[in-house]
Amino acid sequence: MWAIAVKEFNQLRRDRRMLAMLIAIPLLLLVVFGYAASFDVSSVPTVVVGPHAAAVASRLPTLLEVRSTDSAQNRDDAVAALRDGTATAAVVTAADGSVRILVDGSDLFAARAVSAGGNAARLPVEVLFNPDLTTSVIMVPGLIGIVLVFVGTLATALGVVRERQAGTLEQLAVMPFRAWQVFLGKVVPYFLVAVVDTAIVVTAGITLFGVPFTGAVGTFTLGVLLFLFVTLGIGVLISTVSQNQGQAMQLAMMTLLPQVLLSGLLFPIASMAAGVRWISYLLPLTYFIQVSRGVLVKATPIGALWFPLLMLAVLGVVVFGLSVLRFRRDLAPKARS
Amino acid sequence: MSWGVIGLTVRYGRRTALSDVSLRAEPGTVSCVVGGDGAGKTTLLRALVGAAPISSGVVLRPATTAIGYLSAGTGVYPDLTVRENLDFTAQAYGLRERKYRGLLERAGLADVWDRLGGELSGGMRQKLGVTMALLHRPQLVVLDEPTTGVDPASRAQIARLIAAAAADGAAVVFTTSYLDEAERAGEVLVLDGGVGLTEGGPDKIVAEAQGQVWAVAGRPERGFAWRRADGWRVWSAEQLPGMAAARPDLQDAVIVAALQHRQRQEAA
Repeated sequence: MWAIAVKEFNQLRRDRRMLAMLIAIPLLLLVVFGYAASFDVSSVPTVVVGPHAAAVASRLPTLLEVRSTDSAQNRDDAVAALRDGTATAAVVTAADGSVRILVDGSDLFAARAVSAGGNAARLPVEVLFNPDLTTSVIMVPGLIGIVLVFVGTLATALGVVRERQAGTLEQLAVMPFRAWQVFLGKVVPYFLVAVVDTAIVVTAGITLFGVPFTGAVGTFTLGVLLFLFVTLGIGVLISTVSQNQGQAMQLAMMTLLPQVLLSGLLFPIASMAAGVRWISYLLPLTYFIQVSRGVLVKATPIGALWFPLLMLAVLGVVVFGLSVLRFRRDLAPKARS
Repeated sequence: MSWGVIGLTVRYGRRTALSDVSLRAEPGTVSCVVGGDGAGKTTLLRALVGAAPISSGVVLRPATTAIGYLSAGTGVYPDLTVRENLDFTAQAYGLRERKYRGLLERAGLADVWDRLGGELSGGMRQKLGVTMALLHRPQLVVLDEPTTGVDPASRAQIARLIAAAAADGAAVVFTTSYLDEAERAGEVLVLDGGVGLTEGGPDKIVAEAQGQVWAVAGRPERGFAWRRADGWRVWSAEQLPGMAAARPDLQDAVIVAALQHRQRQEAA
């Protein structure tokens, strides 16, 4: 028994990735559940519109964090602000002095907090986009992202590493292929599988869970393509630093876990501690969820989604660029002949 | 046009894997690289086909479309059938004709046409790897230990495939641990510790072996000795009791070259 334990420790000592994972994952879970895992909503970005906007804004509870007041705007402007994501709640004042609170139902926890607060203050609250506050309507658009991360990152990484492990990557390097041809040849099948998977999940979400598809198909497709651009890049990048499928699997899980926990899929980003929240803004899934929920649930137009789409494009260029460079290095040694 | 390497040096960080090594591969001939474990055989072949970075020297090789390469890992996809492996290679080299029945029969693989690469025995996998390397009739064929772990009958089949490729005009370079295979090559390069010890035809290498090789029945007490089927061989300047002068073969000559090299290194 002792001999096996000593051997195991020696192997573990040399498996730096496994060691890093054994230390990083408990730390990550501690940080996430300590600072990020909170369903409590303490402030909701709010716009106040209508003739009595200024007067009402000063009397609102602290939960509704007033971002702007505009007495010239009306209910339509308030709905547009919620649809575009510039605010989560809107207080609409009417000429007769009545007040109505609108809240974005795609932000489940904020909507529940505002509804509870409104009821307590005896103010009418209207939940938009997801009036029944159904969880699946919010989760399915996020799960599309998880599926894309799974296929894009994990399957791609394993597919490329399998080639290295079988010793056939060197064979490919000597065959009359250019590095980009090998790269695309490896990536395109997973890209197509991911596209098919997306279509299946969206169809299942609509038919089985009643998830609406209210926005433009083109905007959603653009979001999917940009997000796949990033996840496939991460997959290839992982494969270039992994010697075997086990290592690739470990690294893929280390990229998957923070995305599941910190992207806003489960816990509202606004409720996370500032020290953890910045990590969310580095994760591609954070931006994909904004696009996916925006288009599917709220019919957010492309003009209002420019920032998450741009961030996906930037992350894609950086990650894909790095992966291409590393992949080229693997395939083409700096030979001088 | 002849292929090969001239004054090739390959370094991985501070470690020198090959130092000033030269090898010629003429069309229609078979060149063989021999040496012990870690001698630099695989590095030489990888540099020759462009899969390893070179630090200095010259590599002469044709375009990638005219190179056939069997890497140390056989290059066979375990999750593709024999046919699919060959189809992929044919497609990669732009071959329109997909008639490899004759080649497969020569390799003894005709009956395993639809079997997965991973389900083949080690020897069959090696033969499939060689077949894939030869499929597009390359000008330069580079095979890394094509017969290691292969049974004698399969070794003979691989030898026939290699000879046929050379007869077809290809320059063939292969590494081996079996010196009886090297004896049949036109040109032999002996490597040790990344250095070329001797090169030339097998007869030339044997003729140039320096010092005297003796045959003795039991293990001698002095001198450098190695076991052979019929007793022991000793490399020694003096004749001791029970020793008879032996006519060295390629195996003896390669061992003598390695011993001389180590002596020179120790003296330096």
